[in-house]
Amino acid sequence: MGAISTASLPDIVFMLLFFFMVATVLRTEEEQVKVIRPEASELYKIEKKHLIRYINVGYPQDKRYGNEPVIQLNDAIASVEAIQGWVDKQRETIDERERSKMWVSLKVHKEAKMGIVTDIKQELRQASALKVLYSAGQRDRTE
Amino acid sequence: MARRTLPEINAGSMADIAFLLLIFWLVTTTIDSDEGIKRQLPPPITDEIDPPPVRERNVFVVLVNANDDLLVEGDELKIGRLKQKAKDFLIANGDGLLYGDRPQDPDLPVRERISKSFVKQKVAEYTAYVTGAEDETEKDNFQKVLDNWRKKLKSIELLGGEFKMLPGSAIISMRNDNNTTYDAYLQVQNELEAAVNELRDELAVAKFGNTYKQLEDEYELNSENEELLDRIYAIRLVYPQRISEAEPSAAAN
Repeated sequence: MGAISTASLPDIVFMLLFFFMVATVLRTEEEQVKVIRPEASELYKIEKKHLIRYINVGYPQDKRYGNEPVIQLNDAIASVEAIQGWVDKQRETIDERERSKMWVSLKVHKEAKMGIVTDIKQELRQASALKVLYSAGQRDRTE
Repeated sequence: MARRTLPEINAGSMADIAFLLLIFWLVTTTIDSDEGIKRQLPPPITDEIDPPPVRERNVFVVLVNANDDLLVEGDELKIGRLKQKAKDFLIANGDGLLYGDRPQDPDLPVRERISKSFVKQKVAEYTAYVTGAEDETEKDNFQKVLDNWRKKLKSIELLGGEFKMLPGSAIISMRNDNNTTYDAYLQVQNELEAAVNELRDELAVAKFGNTYKQLEDEYELNSENEELLDRIYAIRLVYPQRISEAEPSAAAN
């Protein structure tokens, strides 16, 4: 009995690779904060990913930023005051026709206090970024 | 010229290379799920506007304190019971459809039956206004009102009966403390949304055989489908989603 031909193995692996390339997205930013999202049942999925911009709020990985939840915009830890400028910049990156459809996804650690979240919401309102998604994991509806 | 046969290249290591690429991709990417509870924030307040007076019975008040305890309509409540309580508020004295008529409760809003003949009369009235309008802006304004009444008429026809409408001022109002945890806040938002969604689902399944979410998803794929939009609008008319949040300055009190 001859050896089994492994010539098709690369093809199979390439297929796997292509599947993953299509099904996943590149990790665009370094995670500076640790976020454990809460779980909820009434979730909405945004299909147009290019319209979403993210604000992360969580415990900093780098302890120099303290032990309380902080805000991460793009790649860096930022203050609340920076949000309005950030929103304006993000808007510029979206095609003009779809600019009003921008979503801001808030990824907030479930143990963070509402004080910081309320501050962010106020800044977003000032910047007229009114479409907000409170990012959450999926769970079943309670009885 | 001598002919040589080309030696076959050994492709055995190709699999290894492909595996390496695959592993590299696995490490650098995430399967990102962008799901969450969607909310539309109110526009910023420009100057001091006195809020219109609201009747207490038309507002469902949910307060969350710094210890994540709930105070709903003046009573302490466990989060597990919030959804039912919110549903009771939305159904109020019955919607005239699945929930028929219910005895009136002094703490709940009063739903009013909208009569088909009245809506028809309004449609006729505004059709006359539109045709008799003197300039374009006036015409547009009348047209908007007319469209609204037409949608109402359509909804009554689709739902197969005159239903009872929630008063326009009936809202669910939520207020939290600065020290409330985000989890508690989101759970409250979730339960309130679940209350509306469950009622919408019940009605949608009974009348159209699909859940409300299915209708919405279908519409997203096929946004030219007018009938689907009419159905969604009808469900929304019976069970509007009106969840508002108190201004933070007020929350400090």
